[in-house]
This record gives sequence, structure tokens and C-alpha cells, in this order.
Amino acid sequence: MKKKRFLSLGILLTISLFIWIPLWMMVTGSFMGTQEINEMIGPVFSNENKLATWHFIPDFPTLKPYVELLLDSPNFFVMFWNSCRQVIPGLIGQLFIAVPAAWSFGRYNFKGKKLLFILYIVLMIMPFQVTMVSSYLVLNKFHLLNTDFALILPNIFSTFPVFIMEKFFKSIPKSLIEAAKIDGAGEFKTFFYIGIPMGASGIISAIVLGFLEAWNGIEQPLTFLKDKSLWPLSLYLPDIAKEKLGVAMVASVIAMIPAILIFLFGQKYIEQGIAASGIKE
Amino acid sequence: MREKKKKTTIQKRESIVAWLFLMPSLAGIMFFILIPFGDVVRRSFYEAMSGKFVGIDNYITVFINEAFQLAAKNTGRFILICIPLLLVISLFLSILVMGQKKFGDFFKSSFLIPMAIPVASIVLLWDVFFNKNGLVNRMLSMLGGQSVDWMHTSKAFYILVFSYLWKNTGYDMVLWLAGLNGIPLALYEAAAIDGAGTWGKFRYITLPGLLPTAFTLFVLSLINSFKVFREAYLIAGSYPDNSIYMLQHLFNNWFVTMDIQKMCAAAIVVAIILLIFILIVRRFSNRGEEDSI
Repeated sequence: MKKKRFLSLGILLTISLFIWIPLWMMVTGSFMGTQEINEMIGPVFSNENKLATWHFIPDFPTLKPYVELLLDSPNFFVMFWNSCRQVIPGLIGQLFIAVPAAWSFGRYNFKGKKLLFILYIVLMIMPFQVTMVSSYLVLNKFHLLNTDFALILPNIFSTFPVFIMEKFFKSIPKSLIEAAKIDGAGEFKTFFYIGIPMGASGIISAIVLGFLEAWNGIEQPLTFLKDKSLWPLSLYLPDIAKEKLGVAMVASVIAMIPAILIFLFGQKYIEQGIAASGIKE
Repeated sequence: MREKKKKTTIQKRESIVAWLFLMPSLAGIMFFILIPFGDVVRRSFYEAMSGKFVGIDNYITVFINEAFQLAAKNTGRFILICIPLLLVISLFLSILVMGQKKFGDFFKSSFLIPMAIPVASIVLLWDVFFNKNGLVNRMLSMLGGQSVDWMHTSKAFYILVFSYLWKNTGYDMVLWLAGLNGIPLALYEAAAIDGAGTWGKFRYITLPGLLPTAFTLFVLSLINSFKVFREAYLIAGSYPDNSIYMLQHLFNNWFVTMDIQKMCAAAIVVAIILLIFILIVRRFSNRGEEDSI
């Protein structure tokens, strides 16, 4: 028994190295001087016939790349701000649109509910490419292409958060809702005072998962934003590596920070959200 | 009689409230997705420039298009290889993590981290590893092996498989764990009394108990498999090696040249194929419930 446990521990540790090593490399790489970075991985980005190397611990750790990024790369911050502007309003919009919709599906019975919910699931499953032309056509019609709204609006009406939150709302005990009714709470009061607090973890799960997804968006900005100055960080980052290898590591790490913070803060909710999508009825 | 009447008015009132809650979302979906998609369906039967009805000509053009055939083949191959691999690996890991009392949470967090790492950040490292001058080749050369141009030969396919597994294993593992926790312990105890071994318990209790989870996992993994375009695009651009030229690249490139009528027809073809594929797997996983995916 003990032997088995050690074996499983060994396997898990080995596999987790696939995650920890790249992460370690990124973080330590961001503290390396330009010269050290160039010496190590310069060959990757040039056509030299030399193989790259890596120092597992920086020879001369320095904050210089951070300073350099702060001072010399105003573009980086423009893109960072673009990302924020395109991601956050969409998530706030989801609160106003998807939360009530999920409450409606989770709490009420009405004609056509089943069919509608299947429609929502189908829309959730369809990859971006399937709705790419239709989104383009509608955005074009309303002159929203090449604006932040081209990314925000479709995200607001994403059906994924509805799907996740519905599971949480559904699991609120009926007796609680009945009790609120007996106390004279109307439908909207019940939603605000029972639904939202009791379904809070579902709402947070959906928002956290939504953030990670949107922060990573490549397809949508690539399609709907022609103007490079509007590009989010996710699209712009690889360009930095081509220009300035020294700060590319730092840029990668900084782009990662919001997502990692949200991950650390919301891991519990992420797990709940993922698990909820698998709960069978 | 009166009682019944009262009940129906309540029901009526409730369903009105339900529609009110749903309205903003439904209106947005109608407006942004359903109506424009209806337009796409219509357009798929017309010629874009002249507006002439051409029947299924656009569909025929798409099907005989060589780029489409290549992309469809690659996408299909990717899905058929990646999803089973992902499901098996993440199940295996979730069982190992279940058995770890002390470090279970640590490993769970570890495997989930890739979800949070932006694709744009990690592709820089993938490039450092898999470039023809990269670290993997450095290791190979130290072992006396030959250098391989990982990203620009047919090996690129496997790099993409790797990056998909890397990103999604944690997500799937958490879902498996939820499924595993949902299997009543009593079943295992009963089986133990009947003399079932580890394999027997796995085969006759765990696997059947996980079947519903497996279906959800399949669907979510399918959704995520389309997102490997991000890695592929950021590393290799619009025209990567032939082995990883996917439908996503094709749509992207048709979009650049504004090949709207082809895109319309292809979007519908892809949607229909996906739906059929999901229905078949659903049948296979033998689930009668309509509500959950």
C-alpha cells in the first residue's frame, strides 16, 4: 500500500514538473539581463546556426528588464489597457444579462424552457469559426468593427456563463424560496435577496472562467480589429519577442499576473464552476 | 375548482416573470447570433457578388476545395487523437490525485495553473523549447541525436497535441474528480465484500459511474480543442506547416480575402458535422437526459 502511494506520488511529481519548469523559467527569465537572455535564446529568434541554452538560475539577477519595459515600451501599456478595456466591460455586462437569464432557467418552469436551454447549450458548443461570419456581418452593419465593442458585445451575450450559473441557481433549496414567498417577498426581491447571495459562488465561477477566457482571446481581436493600436496584449505579445528579446520575458510575466492573481483568488470557484458543468441533472 | 384556477394564475404569473428575466439575454442572442446566422444560411445559397440564387453550388465549391479538405482532415485527426488522449490522461491523474491525502490539493492547483497562463505568454517558451535552434534540440544533440525542426515539419502536429494536453489536463481532471466524488462509497464497500479487486471495482463501478461525466468532458474538450488555433497561430502564423493547417486557419484566411460565400457554406457544414458528432457520442454514452449536455 505504502509502495503504491509512493509510486503515485512519483508520477504526479514528474508530471507536475511539466508545469513548474516552464513557469520557473518564465519567472527567472524575467530577471535576467538582456545580454544573458540574448546569449541563451538568441539563436531561437535569429537564423544563427547555434543551439539555445538555458541557465536554470540567472547568472546576474537584475530588475533591469522590468525597468526597461516600464520606461521604453509605452506600447506595452497601451496594449495592456486595451485588454482591460475589452475584457472588463464584457464581464460586467454578463452580470446584467447572463445572471437573470440563468436565474430564469434555474428557478422557473415555463413553456419552451427545455428547447431554449438546448439552444443555449448548442450556442455554447459552437466554436468561434462557426459564428465568425454572422458576427462579422452584424458588427459591420452597426459600424462596430474596429472598436472595443466588437469584442465586448458578443462576450456579453455569451451563453457559457448562463450554463454554469444555472446549475448553481438550480441547487438552491426550494424551501428557502418558498419561505421568502411566505414572508411576502416578490419575484424580484427573491432574486436579489435569495438568488444572488445563494448563487454567488456560481456567479463568481462564471466570471472568473470568463475572465481567463477573454484575457486569452486571440480569434476575436484578430478578426474584428484591423487597427493594430487596438490590439489586446494577447495578440501583441509575440511581436515584442521579435523586437526586444530582453523584455519579452518580462512582458509575458506581466501579462500573466492578472490571470494568475484571479486564479489564486478564485481557484475554489474555478473548481466549483468546472465541476458544476459536469453535474448531471 | 377555485384552487385549481388560483394555481394556474400563479403559474401564468411565474412564467411571465421567467420570460422577463430571460428577455435581455434572449434578445441579445436573437440580435447578435440567431438572426445574423439565419442570414448566413440564406447567403450560403446565393452568390455574394451578383446576389443570384445558386442552390448548393457554394457547398460544392467548399467540398472540392483542397484547402478545405486538408483543414477538415487535420482538424478531424487532431480531435480524434487529442480528446481520447486527454480524457485518459486526466482520468489517470485524477485517480492518482484522489489517492493523495496530503498533497492532493497541491497537485490539483499545479495541474490547473496552465488554465491561467495566457497563451501569448507561454508560446514564447514553446518557441524556446521547440524551435530548430531550441532547447529540445539542444538536449537531443547532447544525447547524440539529430536536430529536428519541430514547428515547421509534420512534427508540428505533435507539438500542438502536447500544448493542448498541457493546457487542458487540469480542467478535465477537476471534472473527473467531481465525477469520482459522486460515486457512492457504499458501492465500493459492497463490491469489496463480494471480493472484487482493484481492477474489478474500477471496471464495474468507477467506469460506469463516470459515463455521464465522460460525455460532458467530451463536449467541453471538443470546445477547447478548437482553441489550439491560438498556440498554432501565435507560433506559426497564418500559414503553418501543412500538418497543422486547421479549419480555424482556413476560416481566418478566407476572412482575410473576404470569401464570404465560402465561409457561410463552410460555417454551416462545420456546425452540422459538430452537431451530428455530438449526437452520436451522446447516443454512445447512453444518456437519456435532455437538460445537461
